[in-house]
Amino acid sequence: MSWEKLEIRTLKDTPKEEYYVAGHRTCQGCGPALACKFLAKAAGPRAICITATGCMYVANCSYNTTPWAIPWMHAQLGGIGSAVCGAAAAYKAMMRKGKIKKEEIHVIGLAGDGGAADIGLAAISGAMLSGHDHLIVTYDNESYANTGIQASSLTPWGAWTTFTPPGKMLRLGNVRVKKDLPKMIAAGHPNVRYIATASTSFPFDLMTKIRKGLAVKGPAYVQIHTPCPKGWKFSPELLVRVGRLAVDTGMWALYEIEDGQFKLSYKPPKRKPVSEYLKLQGRFAHLREIDYRYIQEQVDAACKQLGIE
Amino acid sequence: MVKMITTGTTAIATAVKHADVDVISAYPIRPYTGVMNSLAKMIADGEFDAEYIVADSEHTQFEIAKHAAACGARVFTGSAGIGWAFAHEALVVTPADRAPVVAMVGNRALDDPGNFGVEHTEALITRDTGWMMCWPENPQEAYDMTLMGYKIAEDPSVLLPYVVCCDGNFITHVRFPVDLPETEVAREFLPPTPPPRINVLHPDKPLSIAPHVDYYWGAEIRRQMDQGMRNAIEVTRKVHEEFYKVFGRGGPPFVEEINTEDADVALIGMGGMAMPAKAAIWQLKKEGINVGYVKLRRFRPFATEDVVNALRKFKVVAVLDNDFSFGAANYGGIIFQEVRSALYDVPERPKVVNYLIGLGGREITVNAMRSICKQVKEIAETGVVKETVQWVGLRE
Repeated sequence: MSWEKLEIRTLKDTPKEEYYVAGHRTCQGCGPALACKFLAKAAGPRAICITATGCMYVANCSYNTTPWAIPWMHAQLGGIGSAVCGAAAAYKAMMRKGKIKKEEIHVIGLAGDGGAADIGLAAISGAMLSGHDHLIVTYDNESYANTGIQASSLTPWGAWTTFTPPGKMLRLGNVRVKKDLPKMIAAGHPNVRYIATASTSFPFDLMTKIRKGLAVKGPAYVQIHTPCPKGWKFSPELLVRVGRLAVDTGMWALYEIEDGQFKLSYKPPKRKPVSEYLKLQGRFAHLREIDYRYIQEQVDAACKQLGIE
Repeated sequence: MVKMITTGTTAIATAVKHADVDVISAYPIRPYTGVMNSLAKMIADGEFDAEYIVADSEHTQFEIAKHAAACGARVFTGSAGIGWAFAHEALVVTPADRAPVVAMVGNRALDDPGNFGVEHTEALITRDTGWMMCWPENPQEAYDMTLMGYKIAEDPSVLLPYVVCCDGNFITHVRFPVDLPETEVAREFLPPTPPPRINVLHPDKPLSIAPHVDYYWGAEIRRQMDQGMRNAIEVTRKVHEEFYKVFGRGGPPFVEEINTEDADVALIGMGGMAMPAKAAIWQLKKEGINVGYVKLRRFRPFATEDVVNALRKFKVVAVLDNDFSFGAANYGGIIFQEVRSALYDVPERPKVVNYLIGLGGREITVNAMRSICKQVKEIAETGVVKETVQWVGLRE
C-alpha cells in the first residue's frame, strides 16, 4: 500500500501535501475542482490521472499552467474507460516483462457526468470488465457544464438546463429521471469489488473512498456529487452547504458496495425536506409546490429502498 | 529464415510478435480480424507475452492504444472500413499526442451499401491528421512494413502513429510465400524496447500531456507535427537501409519503378493492384508495347521528390485510384489530386489522367490494366485527352 493508513477520518490522517495546486481557471466555488484536490491528496504521488473532456479538462489543465503535480493526460469525451484500461495494461505488461521497475502505480480516470453516463458509458462498462487495476471517478455536476449547462442523463428531474429550458408550453424543464449509474455498474459488473458514492461536502469520506477504490484489486468506481454554482445557479460561497443539503435531504446518498455488499456511509439524523435543497438553486426556481411534493415522494421512496428513514 | 505460405494478417501478426508488443486492443470487423485471431492464439499458446484487451468498440480500441503508448508501451491495434471510421475521434488525437501507435487497416469499402470488398477510401480519409500510411503489395511487404513501422514511428524525431493498409481479401486473406525471420534476427533490427522519449506518463517524471491550448500555442503544436512528418521522410530512408542490412530486402522506401526505363507512359497506384498491373505490363512488353508501373508504397508522408523524379520523364501518367473523393477537382480520386499537385512545378510535366478502379471490391483484372495501358499510349501518341477522369468497368 502506498499510504500509511487506508482510511482518512480526521485532519490528522489527511496528508499535508497537495498534488492538485494552482494553475487552473475553474469558476469560483467549483465543486469538481474541489473533488480534484481531494482526489489527488488521497491518491498521493505514485498515481497518474487521466481526464476526459469536460470542465476538468478545458477549465482545468491549460498549456504551461497545469495544476496537476502528478502525471496527467487528456482522454476523449467518451474515452475514459478506454484510457485507464490502456494505461493500466501498459504498466502491467511492461512490469511483467521487466521493461520498467515493478511497483504500484495508481491509475485514475476522471470524467464528468456526461462523459461517464452518456457518451462514455460503453467504454466504462468495458473497463469494468477488463480486470485491469484502475479507478474511474465521475464528478457529477449534473450537466454538461463546460459547454454551457446542457442536460446529461445525470441531470435531475425538474432542472433547468439550456437544453431543457422551462417555457410556456413545457413548464418543468428536464423531465428525464436521473440515471442511477453506480447501481448500473454494480448490477452489470459483479466482478467489480469496490463501488462508492461520495460528495465534496464530506471530504474525509471522499478521500477514504478514493483510497479504497485504488487499494482494491481490479477496477473500481467512485461517483462524486460535485455542486456547480454556475450550472445550478447558486452563490459560490454556498458550495459546501448545497452539497451537504443534497445528502441531508436524501437527494444524494453516500454508500459503498464492497464485494457486492451494500453499506450506507452516512445516515442523515433527521432528513430535511427536499425544498430546502431545491430552493437554494436557481435551476429549480420555476418549480411549484406540487413539483416539490412530487420530488419529495420520489426521494422518500428511493431513501426507503436504501435504508434511509 | 522460415519460408512459409501464409496470409497478410498472419504475416503482420508475426511482425507484432517479433516487435515484442506490450498491449494489443482488439475488436472484430472483416477483413482485418484475422490478425487479432492470430495474436490471441499466439498469446494463449505462450508464444509471446502481451496484454490483449477485448475492446467494446473501435473508438475504445484506439483510445486504449493511444494511452498505452503514452505510458511507454509498444502497442498494436487495427480495424477496417466503417470500424476505422467509428474510431475516427481517437484516430485524430493520436498523432497530436505524439503517440507512436502502430495499426493495421484491412481496406474495406465504407457502408452503405454494405460491402466486404476493398476500397482505400476509409484509410485515406485519415490522410490529413498525422498518421503515416503505407500500402504493401503482398503479405511479405506487409510483414516488412509493419516491423519497419515501429522503428519509424518511435524515432524521437518522428513520434507519429503509423498504419499498414492492406487490401482486404487480396492481401489480408490470400496465401503468399513469405520469408519470416527467427525472432532473434527480427530483434537485431528492432529491439523489444522503444528508444527513450520525454512524453511518457510515469510518476517518476510528472508531466501533463495534451492540456488545453486554444490559440496561444495551437499553431506551434501543429507545426511540430508537420515537422515530425517531414522528418519521417529521412527516417524512413534510413530504416529501409537498416532493414536491408539485416534482411537483404525491403525495397525502395517510397516508390518502386517497374519497367520504366524505356517507357514513355506509366501507371501509378497503391497496394495489391500492382500485381495485375505488372502482369499486363509484361504481356504488353512481349507484344512490343512499353508501359511503366510506379508503385506508390507510402502515401503519408508523401515523398514529393521521389514521386516527381519517378514520373517527370513520362509523356502521360495514369493514376489508379481504388478510392473516391466525391466532388473533388475534376471529380478525380484522392491519389490523383496528390500526384497532379506534386507534378505542378515540373516545367514540362506529363499529362496526368485518372482511373477509378476496383471500387466496391470489384476485381482489378489484367485485361482492365491492359486496356488502360493502351488508352494511355494513345494519349501519348495523339496528345489528346478525351476524358481526364474515368470509372473503369462500370455497367451502363
